Amino acid sequence: MTIRRFALAALASTLIAGPALAEQTLLNVSYDPTRELYVEFNQAFTKYWKEQGNEPVTIQQSHGGSGKQARAVIDGLRADVVTLALAGDIDELHSLGKLIPEDWQSRLPDSSTPYTSTIVFLVRKGNPKNIKDWDDLVREDVSVITPNPKTSGGARWNFLAAWAYAEQQYGSEEKAKEFVEKLYKNVPVLDTGARGSTITFVNNKIGDVLLAWENEAFLALKEEGGDNLEIVAPSLSILAEPPVTVVDKNVERKGTRKLAEAYLNYLYSPEGQRIAAKNFYRPRDKSVAAEFSEQFPDLKLVTIDEHFGGWKVAQPKFFGDGGVFDQIYQAH
Amino acid sequence: MSSATLTAAAVANAARRGNPLGRRLLIAGAWLVFLLFLVLPLLVVLSQALKLGFGTFFAAIFEPDAIAALKLTLIAVGISVPLNLVFGVAAAWCVSKYEFPGKSVLITLIDLPFSVSPVIAGLIYVLMFGSQGWFGPWLSDHDIQIVFAVPGIVLATLFVTFPFVARELIPLMQEQGTQEEEAARLLGANGWQMFWHVTLPNIKWGLIYGVVLCTARAMGEFGAVSVVSGHIRGLTNTLPLHVEILYNEYNHVAAFSVASLLLVMALVILLLKQWSENRLSRLRHSDAEE
Repeated sequence: MTIRRFALAALASTLIAGPALAEQTLLNVSYDPTRELYVEFNQAFTKYWKEQGNEPVTIQQSHGGSGKQARAVIDGLRADVVTLALAGDIDELHSLGKLIPEDWQSRLPDSSTPYTSTIVFLVRKGNPKNIKDWDDLVREDVSVITPNPKTSGGARWNFLAAWAYAEQQYGSEEKAKEFVEKLYKNVPVLDTGARGSTITFVNNKIGDVLLAWENEAFLALKEEGGDNLEIVAPSLSILAEPPVTVVDKNVERKGTRKLAEAYLNYLYSPEGQRIAAKNFYRPRDKSVAAEFSEQFPDLKLVTIDEHFGGWKVAQPKFFGDGGVFDQIYQAH
Repeated sequence: MSSATLTAAAVANAARRGNPLGRRLLIAGAWLVFLLFLVLPLLVVLSQALKLGFGTFFAAIFEPDAIAALKLTLIAVGISVPLNLVFGVAAAWCVSKYEFPGKSVLITLIDLPFSVSPVIAGLIYVLMFGSQGWFGPWLSDHDIQIVFAVPGIVLATLFVTFPFVARELIPLMQEQGTQEEEAARLLGANGWQMFWHVTLPNIKWGLIYGVVLCTARAMGEFGAVSVVSGHIRGLTNTLPLHVEILYNEYNHVAAFSVASLLLVMALVILLLKQWSENRLSRLRHSDAEE
């Protein structure tokens, strides 16, 4: 009896002590490939914040497919800031959750996107299937790995990059639709997030080519030592813009607005930009970009705003219920 | 019937008649399957965990996020198992000692968590307690957080482990009938005395067996907990979720180290299970001899 009572008391004290111990905390809900970036950035920011004469802060991280993460925040995950894969997912925080104002994207410079990336191909060493450009992905002997556009932000950039290429190459939306339909017939597994797909391709050795964020492809090369993989840059790709925002409703509840805003602003500082570049994200800052110019291949890039009319148009058209992706994916 | 099943049946027949070759084949087959599908994967986990030596192995296990995950797992187990124990005994008592309308429906409902996919088990709680859920606005007004926090994880664990204790006790208590309890009441025991001195000793080993199974499942649950966790490192990650995160971060050695910690916990549970099972079957044998 006494043992049981002791155990209960111990349990209760752990439960109560948990939150009481915590200093000021900030929860950054992010998408899949940014894990390594934010480990490094959070360390730098924690140090900077303390040097500014503030109380020490603990940054908490959560990662997953971008759409899934947005859903979790809407369902009540108390993120102070979200750093997701695309503006369309953050728009949902406004339209479904009323957590942020509609004009959130104009609150920070560069459409609230402190770093960018693009979509490249990751293939096996020596490129055994001779994959050079998008046209090779619809060949019958090629197996393509990409995550599910319904849950993954990277997957949506993949989809739109393929679409933009096909539209420019073959001249019409109809042809583009046929092209991506053929491409997705070559996809044996749709993981929920970009990292899941990378693991499928790199560790489980499934597929001939991985459609990946440039940063994710570089990271895979770095982690695997570059002995088994190489990057192929297609003739045309998309400028992937993963934006960031403070989640107003949550920071007001927790009283963390000042901290959350400082955190995001630090992403734009030379130090933050350098950390992004070191983790293979393309920095916005011109002078930092110049420092790292050799790292990134020069690619012809279309943008979501110019080519597709922004996420507000592209999201429902391509990825909404009954949208283009549903039509082509159900067909097979 | 296919030829494979025919031969299998023939081999089984031969074994029953005492054909030594057939018996040996059967036993060898069982061992082969066992080694290939159980022992080998376990060895792979251990060898991957120790690939870089004991230093990195222990570093991965004593890393703060891993400790936090272990703590959370133990909290989830520590709350859900006792609650399931109370519920299981109450439900089994109710079902086996009384007759009432809707009894078979109740028995079926107890099994529901076995048949529902864990993902759905998790989503149920998001739909109920999430910001967009039924109770969302009220909970939010009162600053109470259930999903994406510890309470949600405990609830999800509770749901998936719901049937274990009850399922184990119902057949046992039905088999034992109500005679001994009736005798106790006739001799003047009150309800509590009857339960404590008559019922509990009779079901003790079955109860322990159920609790052990329940604990094993609570520790290892992935799907339901994954849905309600929010995956905040060091805060809402249980051990199985932590293993997944480490694996996805190319940190294979750490992933397998934490996995082997789970494995060791599972083996301890398995030993406990074997022990209680032996006691249970001995009990049944002695009953039969009387």
